[in-house]
Amino acid sequence: MYLFGMGIGIGGYLQAIEGVSYIEFIAPGIIMVPAMYSASFECTFGSFTRMTEQKTYDGILATPLSVGDLVMGEILWGATKSLISGSIMLFIIYLAGLMKSSILMVIPLLILVFLIGFLFASLAMIATALSPSYDFFNYFFTLILTPMFFFSGIFFPLSNFPAWVKIVSNLMPLTHAVNISRYFLSNVNYSHILSSTLVLIACTIIFSFLGVSLIKKRIIK
Amino acid sequence: MSSSEIITAKNLTKIYGNITAVDGISFSIFRGECYGFLGPNGAGKTTTIKMVHCFSPLTSGELVVGGMNVNKDQRKIKEIIGVVPQEENLDPDLSVFKNLTVYARYFNAPRKEAEKRAVELLDFIHLKDRMNSRIKDISGGMKKRLLIARSLMNNPKVLILDEPTTGLDPQARHLIWQRLRLLKKAGMTMILTTHYMEEASQLCDRVAIMDRGKILLEGEPKKLVADEIGTEVIEMRLDDENQDAELLMANLEQFKKFKFTYERVGDTIYIFSNNGRELLHSIVDIKHTHLLHRPATLEDLFLKLTGRGLRE
Repeated sequence: MYLFGMGIGIGGYLQAIEGVSYIEFIAPGIIMVPAMYSASFECTFGSFTRMTEQKTYDGILATPLSVGDLVMGEILWGATKSLISGSIMLFIIYLAGLMKSSILMVIPLLILVFLIGFLFASLAMIATALSPSYDFFNYFFTLILTPMFFFSGIFFPLSNFPAWVKIVSNLMPLTHAVNISRYFLSNVNYSHILSSTLVLIACTIIFSFLGVSLIKKRIIK
Repeated sequence: MSSSEIITAKNLTKIYGNITAVDGISFSIFRGECYGFLGPNGAGKTTTIKMVHCFSPLTSGELVVGGMNVNKDQRKIKEIIGVVPQEENLDPDLSVFKNLTVYARYFNAPRKEAEKRAVELLDFIHLKDRMNSRIKDISGGMKKRLLIARSLMNNPKVLILDEPTTGLDPQARHLIWQRLRLLKKAGMTMILTTHYMEEASQLCDRVAIMDRGKILLEGEPKKLVADEIGTEVIEMRLDDENQDAELLMANLEQFKKFKFTYERVGDTIYIFSNNGRELLHSIVDIKHTHLLHRPATLEDLFLKLTGRGLRE
């Protein structure tokens, strides 16, 4: 939807960006959008419901499983949902002929989608642990995820923005994912592939540990 | 610790912030017995059993379950325990049958075995014909029975029941009691919390009456009642609260040879005695309208110990 809406709708009015058509420009970032949102929805609204309304966590914690097992299960499920929706998006992009690299690049792209799912599922578990009610997730989505959606270089290059915007953008994990995706999907040269990958992995590890310990703090009394 | 003890607690304490929920209690539970924690809301019953099934860490004290320390061997302890929670926490996304088989996976039970056991247990709790129903389509009593079946999926050595029949109709309640008695006959150790005295009398070999985080009294229900308040109760219901209760009670004093105690609560005077029949013959002459002579129950003892004020 984003792909064709933005790509053809807005793209029709635009000149080529960085040497490619608008729809081609946004395709690599667009794969990351469902990857980010699927995990985020699952591990906020979904997990919060299981934790509070359905009391599923209490049931599971009466079995040999620990809070760590439980939260990792939630995160893995969130990441799996991301992988499913990201794969569908990648397939559409492939069908639309927007994949400029070798078909083998599907493998690193899907690994990237899963990693992003893992990262955002962990971040969402932190939000769930801190959330007093469902309203809290509105803030999480509008203040944390929406800025990433707009300022991670999916829809426009950040080269025209002031330096501080670029700095903030580089602090967002999604920016790194979009750059890596652009490298694998569109053969766009990107020299920081290794460091960006490390940033994503580091964020994922930190967020998931934090998620586990905050959920533990919230439910074990 | 003797070999027949399956749970031993010493000076068990739980403090939340500045509230002491469990205040240094000690108790032992033996294999194959049904042990009940009775108490008004907020007495510390649920907190106590949450520590037993390793959900709540102890603030201090010692708690050994099946020979294992709850601070260390939580996974192993949880493997031998089945928990029936106070609040229903079945998975609404799964069918009745799937709720059991998925739960068994958390204990790492092989799928085939779990499916076989699930069918047996659904039969045991009379839910076999509803095995494909959604959770939202079954009644409260069925949910509670399903929770009992779920708690038995791992063949536990100890079954923990947190208010197993609260909010159920009499039919559902009696069916659950029957099933629990069958389990007990089969040798299951059970720990029960309840504020239904009838439930405790029906099921428990021993009870601990708790209030404000402490165990006030522990023992066999019948013996406790007989020792503490006698075997019989006579209730004298006053016509209205303004009737001269003082005079009535003064009149009672003349029958002191029968050995009894009494207590006035609102419109009723409760007379506790071991010799209610003779006492009754003597006091029918006192002017009043309603007299009720009945055996003393755990409820009388409970109210005597924990007071009659409302707990909110």
